[in-house]
Amino acid sequence: MNTFDYERPETVADAIKAGSKPGASYYAGGTNLLDLMKAGVRTPDSLVDITRLDELQRIEPQKDGSLRIGAMVRNSDLARNDLIQKDFPAVAEALLAGASGQLRNAATVGGNLMQQPRCAYFYDAHSACNLHKAGQGCDALEGVNGKHAVLGWTKTCIAVHPSDFCVPLAALGALVEVDGPDGSRQISIDEFYRLPDASTPPGSTLKQGEIITAVTLPSDAKRFAARARYIKLRDRTSYAFAIVSAAAMLHIGDGRIKDARIALGGVAAKPWRAREAEDALNGAEAGEAAFRKAADAALADAKPSGDNAHKIELAKRILIRALKAAADGTPATMPDLPGSVFATGKEAR
Amino acid sequence: MADTPMVAAHHVRLGSNSGQSMTRKDGLAKVTGKANYAADNRPEGLLHAVFAGASIARGRVTLLDTKAALAHPGVVHVMTPENTPALSQDPDEKTTPFTARIDVLQHNDVRYAGQPIAVVVAETLEAAIEGARLIKAEYDEQPARIGFDDGEAFTPEAVGISTPPKFATGDLEAQRKQAASSVSVVVETPLQYHNAMEPHAVVAAWDGDKLTVDMPNQAIGLAKPGIANYFGIPAENVTLRSPYLGGGFGSKAVLFGPQMLGILAARELKRPVKLALKRDQMFGPVQHRSATRQTVRYDIDADNRLLAFEHQANVSTSSFDNWLDGAANAGLSLYATPAISVAHSGTRFDTGTPGAMRAPGIATGSAVIECAIDMAAEKAGMDPLEFRLHNYAEKDHSNGKPYSAKALRECYETAANAFGWTDRPPKPGQMRDEDGLLTGWGMGTSIFHAPFFPAKARAVLRKDGTARAETSGADMGQGAWTALWQMAADGLGMAADDIDFDIGHSDLPDGSVAGGSAHTASAGGALFAAGNDVIRQLAEIATKDSDSPLFGAGNERLIGENGRLFKASDPSVGEPYTAILERAGIDEIEGQGRGNRDKASTETYAMFSHGAVFAEVKVDPDLYQVRVTRLIGAFAAGRIINPRLAKSQLTGGMIWGMSFALHEEGVHDKRTGRPLNNDFAGYHIPVLADVPHVEALLVDEDDPHVNDLGVKGVGELGITGTVGAIANAVWHAIGVRTPRYPIKIEDLLKGAEALKA
Repeated sequence: MNTFDYERPETVADAIKAGSKPGASYYAGGTNLLDLMKAGVRTPDSLVDITRLDELQRIEPQKDGSLRIGAMVRNSDLARNDLIQKDFPAVAEALLAGASGQLRNAATVGGNLMQQPRCAYFYDAHSACNLHKAGQGCDALEGVNGKHAVLGWTKTCIAVHPSDFCVPLAALGALVEVDGPDGSRQISIDEFYRLPDASTPPGSTLKQGEIITAVTLPSDAKRFAARARYIKLRDRTSYAFAIVSAAAMLHIGDGRIKDARIALGGVAAKPWRAREAEDALNGAEAGEAAFRKAADAALADAKPSGDNAHKIELAKRILIRALKAAADGTPATMPDLPGSVFATGKEAR
Repeated sequence: MADTPMVAAHHVRLGSNSGQSMTRKDGLAKVTGKANYAADNRPEGLLHAVFAGASIARGRVTLLDTKAALAHPGVVHVMTPENTPALSQDPDEKTTPFTARIDVLQHNDVRYAGQPIAVVVAETLEAAIEGARLIKAEYDEQPARIGFDDGEAFTPEAVGISTPPKFATGDLEAQRKQAASSVSVVVETPLQYHNAMEPHAVVAAWDGDKLTVDMPNQAIGLAKPGIANYFGIPAENVTLRSPYLGGGFGSKAVLFGPQMLGILAARELKRPVKLALKRDQMFGPVQHRSATRQTVRYDIDADNRLLAFEHQANVSTSSFDNWLDGAANAGLSLYATPAISVAHSGTRFDTGTPGAMRAPGIATGSAVIECAIDMAAEKAGMDPLEFRLHNYAEKDHSNGKPYSAKALRECYETAANAFGWTDRPPKPGQMRDEDGLLTGWGMGTSIFHAPFFPAKARAVLRKDGTARAETSGADMGQGAWTALWQMAADGLGMAADDIDFDIGHSDLPDGSVAGGSAHTASAGGALFAAGNDVIRQLAEIATKDSDSPLFGAGNERLIGENGRLFKASDPSVGEPYTAILERAGIDEIEGQGRGNRDKASTETYAMFSHGAVFAEVKVDPDLYQVRVTRLIGAFAAGRIINPRLAKSQLTGGMIWGMSFALHEEGVHDKRTGRPLNNDFAGYHIPVLADVPHVEALLVDEDDPHVNDLGVKGVGELGITGTVGAIANAVWHAIGVRTPRYPIKIEDLLKGAEALKA
């Protein structure tokens, strides 16, 4: 039987000790891990339940103006947090665009970052998948792959990272605080993820036993609060993963874009920070022409990994849309249908 | 109102209960968790069974290693083809209606992914799940054939529920020669899986050769002999309990392999066994809606009259059975068409066998027909509603019969008015809302046949003035507990709260199938008649009793109402039921009833429910995400027993139509045949945010011919018409018709790009 140990440590230090054993897996919201265990795709030897670690539950403004979010803060709580809504509205919008109310009540900050791809072949224990075991091959390559990656993929894996929340985090350069057997470290969310290469499937850069303790939004990210949006294209109005999505944040002064932050979702094995697009916008006049140029720059290296060429065009369009929406200004109140192309409440702050 | 003798019930009020929007009689039990569904039962000594499904779709099991499963703590038995006894009836045989060929471990062949290849029985559910996971199979695998280009073609002998695969009337070629123009459209519809909220389940307990089964079932009267045949026992030895179903949609009218395996395991182990399907197991052995590839062509003359209608449907079935969705029969009785030619062909997929899924045939066919009609309207330069009225069928053109009743004109008018269908620009892409979203309006006609099944019921009036009425009907969530209760009470001339009522048990008189949108008419008709039979007997006693105020009134019309029998001509002359029984010294009167449809009417009239659905969609002009912002339908279905529940049924159907148009699709890997989206995250149906405004309106319709009570069905009607209405609205918004359902963003993008080029 797939028996596993279950531990519920009281401190982060104890958690790291328990999580450092080979085959151990941290258990937070469980919204993804438990599904994978039921499907027989993940078979951890032990589950380290970190849901009672109070020190990971806090949202704390720091002296330097940044905001430190504990890894165990639930998605619903974070989305409705006043500081998040005020200073990082696109983060709140992305959170509310994800999953369903029930899932958001359970899902955590750290768990969201650690989400596994939703590729159907990964979820099917009988299919060949390099995420099951490196070297197995990838049945998605010749399979049903209309929702797969157009950026940063290799034949090792063409799955995309499914998170909404991580897209504005990537755009804002959020920092991931990690603690582990070798001590703590802080890395940018960009460095947190590893894209697939010629032989290794994508994943995080966490080492066995390392645990996400917090995500910090830097203080300079606040200057985008007035013009920040997350927009997500999907097959139904709610409870669907992104076909493509975009977080766009603009800092405009004297009619010119002084700083831009852009990330795309649903296009790659990690939330895709589009620095080329940001560069294309810096100093430009906010408007359709500049946005189009930025979108072309963001997708310049895109290529279909299967029956999904449409995603390249849609990614450009969603980015243009998000940039326009950002330029129009952050809505005064959280729209109905947050993150939707049908979001209401266009009145800017 | 219980009349005696029963006079033309269709044009009098049925009684004080019918027509009232009573809330669900089973509502309190359901919201407080007291309503026991099949899998809620835990008889003493219960074992749990879980089946292991095949991971290939075509081939043979060459090796089945059960050692690890058997060694797992708690596992008591593993059933495989090697040790599973033969059923008393060949599982490929069909001795009762609505039977499918089932897989019950009688051979090593694999015919679809997820087919049971072993059943693990254990003391706990967890041990059974783990045991099933530990079954190791080796296969001789052959490539799966999924799709119309891969599957083997075959010529069907029948489609749907025993309807002919081909039909023609009028001279198609001659009509075409007179035509001024024509439209033709080819559209594919996908495999769709029923996925009732309650998966199929069984709890089986044997006592010698007597069997008690808790199992959600839409057709108790058929299931009882069906189970008996499989297990070689007399039908009276089977007790089937199915008081509540968490949805059926056609997939619970049939006995399936997994449930029979649960019963078999209970017999083998001489202990009660529970077997409940997991969600992912719903995508194989328990039927689905066929995929179709359809071509519809209409020819029209210079006066914009339809001259000829041709509909061809290539329909999927399995490799081992022949059920085909009758998509091309959907338009036979719809519009005025002098020449009709429809035909089905079949393609064998390596999937489970399809079956009836809510509005079988009509939903699928209507989804394409309504698009073709809109295309014809466009060609004619007419508004879609005007065009439909211009080609309104005053008779059923497939057979020349008049309709028993058809209030479709009123439906069009009611729904169009409620929707505000005026000043619709004829060209697509003309309407934008204040947010810049492209807005489209579309419509479709709803139609569903009005069958009638021979149902039976019993009613008993007791001397204390209480009563009981019963039939083996099925409540799948549609509201049978309530609507049938209302009709039973009216048959007895009593208030619903004053009678006991029971359904969902095989000991009760056969209430026939809850399917075909015929249940209220069939079982309700029987219940009403049973109550009437009681009142008839009561009147006989009273009119012969010299102490009764009704003495000698045997030739007069008497009415039973609120527990009192009185003269129709003078309501003051009468007395309570209890007085009659007490003087006569009778403890109770039992009445039997059958619903009735006049035979001559069946031969004379075409019988259908009708409706009109109007849809407004918003489409993002760059990203092509679609949202149905308004869906308004008006429906005429004869006498409505409970308007609240009828509307609930109709709106449910309309939402399913939205699901068909925009979301539902069973996706299989072409190489392995395995389903790729066998959960509710992957198999999309609308969520609340997709349904901001849906409204069903009821149009009064007096149908004097359809049956004694003039009741027709509303269960399936709402899907039909809705799918096409949404597709037409999408076209009206952006000028694109996609070649397949569901309508997808990538297909709209492609279509829009082609339009620009």
